[in-house]
Amino acid sequence: MSAAIAFWILAIGAVSTALGVVLMRNPITSALNLVLSLCFVAGLYALLEAHFVAAIQVTVYAGAIMVLFTFVIMLLDLGQVQDRIGPPEGLVKAAVMGLLGIAFVVMVAKSAHLGITIPSTSGLTPANVARAGGNTRLVGELLFGPYLLPFEIAGVLLVVALVGTVVMAKREVDPRRRK
Amino acid sequence: MTPDLGHYLTLSAMLFAIGATGVLVRRNALIIFMSVELMLNASHLALVAFSRFRESLDGQVLVFFGMTVAAAEVAVGLAIIIAVYRSRKTVNIDELRQLHG
Amino acid sequence: MDVTGLLIVVGKVLFITFVVLNFGAIMTWAERKQAALIQDRIGPNRINIGGFKLLGLIQPIADGIKMIMKEDFIPAGAHKLYHTLAPAIAMFPALVGLAVIPFGPSFDAGGRHIDLQVANLDVGILFVLAVSSLGVYGIALAGWASNNKYSLLGTVRATAQMISYEIPMGLSIIGIVMTYGTLELNKIVDLQGEYFRLGGIGVLPKWGIFYQPLGFILLFTALIAETKRTPFDLPEGESELVAGYNVEYSGMKWGMFFLGEFASIVVVSALIATLYLGGWQVPYVHLTALPVLPRILLGLISFFGKVVVLCFLQLLIRWTLPRFRYDQLMDLGWKRLLPLAIVNVPITAVWLWVLGGFKLG
Repeated sequence: MSAAIAFWILAIGAVSTALGVVLMRNPITSALNLVLSLCFVAGLYALLEAHFVAAIQVTVYAGAIMVLFTFVIMLLDLGQVQDRIGPPEGLVKAAVMGLLGIAFVVMVAKSAHLGITIPSTSGLTPANVARAGGNTRLVGELLFGPYLLPFEIAGVLLVVALVGTVVMAKREVDPRRRK
Repeated sequence: MTPDLGHYLTLSAMLFAIGATGVLVRRNALIIFMSVELMLNASHLALVAFSRFRESLDGQVLVFFGMTVAAAEVAVGLAIIIAVYRSRKTVNIDELRQLHG
Repeated sequence: MDVTGLLIVVGKVLFITFVVLNFGAIMTWAERKQAALIQDRIGPNRINIGGFKLLGLIQPIADGIKMIMKEDFIPAGAHKLYHTLAPAIAMFPALVGLAVIPFGPSFDAGGRHIDLQVANLDVGILFVLAVSSLGVYGIALAGWASNNKYSLLGTVRATAQMISYEIPMGLSIIGIVMTYGTLELNKIVDLQGEYFRLGGIGVLPKWGIFYQPLGFILLFTALIAETKRTPFDLPEGESELVAGYNVEYSGMKWGMFFLGEFASIVVVSALIATLYLGGWQVPYVHLTALPVLPRILLGLISFFGKVVVLCFLQLLIRWTLPRFRYDQLMDLGWKRLLPLAIVNVPITAVWLWVLGGFKLG
């Protein structure tokens, strides 16, 4: 019962803030709405017993990636963006997209067979997970066990992205001004 | 009514559709980028929901890697947007038409 | 959850919020008095109620009244909603971070097991990290929404500082997690009740500071930098940036920034006390063997005593050290703390391997 209440609160929150991202004129408002949406989805992860991923979502996604976004928006000083729903063709596009989106959602909802159970693969029910040492420990064992190679490659990927970002965002120093 | 796999998938589809609408309708590169992140987030939600209802943790590990990749992608993407802004003084994609065929 | 359970949780939340906000208020008094004593002067001593001076302890009340009565303005051209929202977001990590910190031993009363901890999350420490990384938004919004060059400069510096020092913070916490083998803060405090044994007699309690002296220094430094206290308070430096991101705030909104900063001093002390100084454990006293009332009292006194000592230490550091320059600050964070924190992890691993009898796992 409380799970249902929590689900509806978090779901409605996530969807309304997501709409805020897409519909707001001010880019900072969009960014903050996205932060809230990510936090609501982190709450949904916690409801799905994925505690580690929930904590990581808030720390990394909402707390670092979105800070990067917010900063770029602030420092590029874009002001009020006038492109929300402008000329008539924009409205038609938005309406068509909206209808397609609704069609997609209805299709998924019908095919998801609300109420069916899916056969389990590893028997890791929440009770078993708690007995085996907790969600974080098991995820850690998976990351350092079967998924070790992707883990190391993710590390290399982050270094590559770091170097690439610094190279691309650096301001070109005019060689003449150095003298 | 306990939330079921179908509920989570429907929610994920809704978030994905909202994100896709944002990508196709908005004209500001940064907001398009944020809508892409929303879509990524929606797919992560579907992964975690499946992980929970199939009683395995592989979906959560995949989401962990997805977040890492999202971080890398955001960093590089924003660097590109900054570089474009510096040379063209705009992030409106209607005005960034040099590669248009 | 039944009504009594709900009431107990609400009671814990009210208690800890009450305690931290009052500590924050007393901390403003303590800061000025301690600064005065260090600088060989007297400090606030005019305030009195009917002739009773009370060492100036009424000063925070006077400050509060002043802040409430001041005119609350929003600068021209500033974004109204974010200007008002920023102080609230800035206070958020200070208050919410305390939810996972155990402030006393657990006990059984009336047939139920009560933990003196608001939320026993199984990702305890990660919650604290997550909440503190959300604290950046308050500062970012404050500076940007003020429509002022100096605010924006202060914000950019403050945000860069905060996100830079989150990394050594996380890495130092990894050392503690490796040592105690769990993320749950109440289990970490329970494990700190054991002793290093020499010939069968418990000699030293297994506190984090004895396992991780380097980690203690790193985490303390990183947390002081994270909460923007001197010597890391360049973003709000009065002599550099005219209070940086705070400059367009007055009255109660500034008061919320101010109180948030002092409340975060308390949270930092609580976190360090929990991870490194044994939390509510009293050395050489087995608290769980005592009856309920002495156990709770001793645990609370021990915990809040440690918090007070660490707050005193932070105030002492503030009034002793000069402020870092911005490049020195970044240099310290990235070139000195980060490598040390990284090195701390394999050293801890080797140390645990040695202590565990040269066995893995």
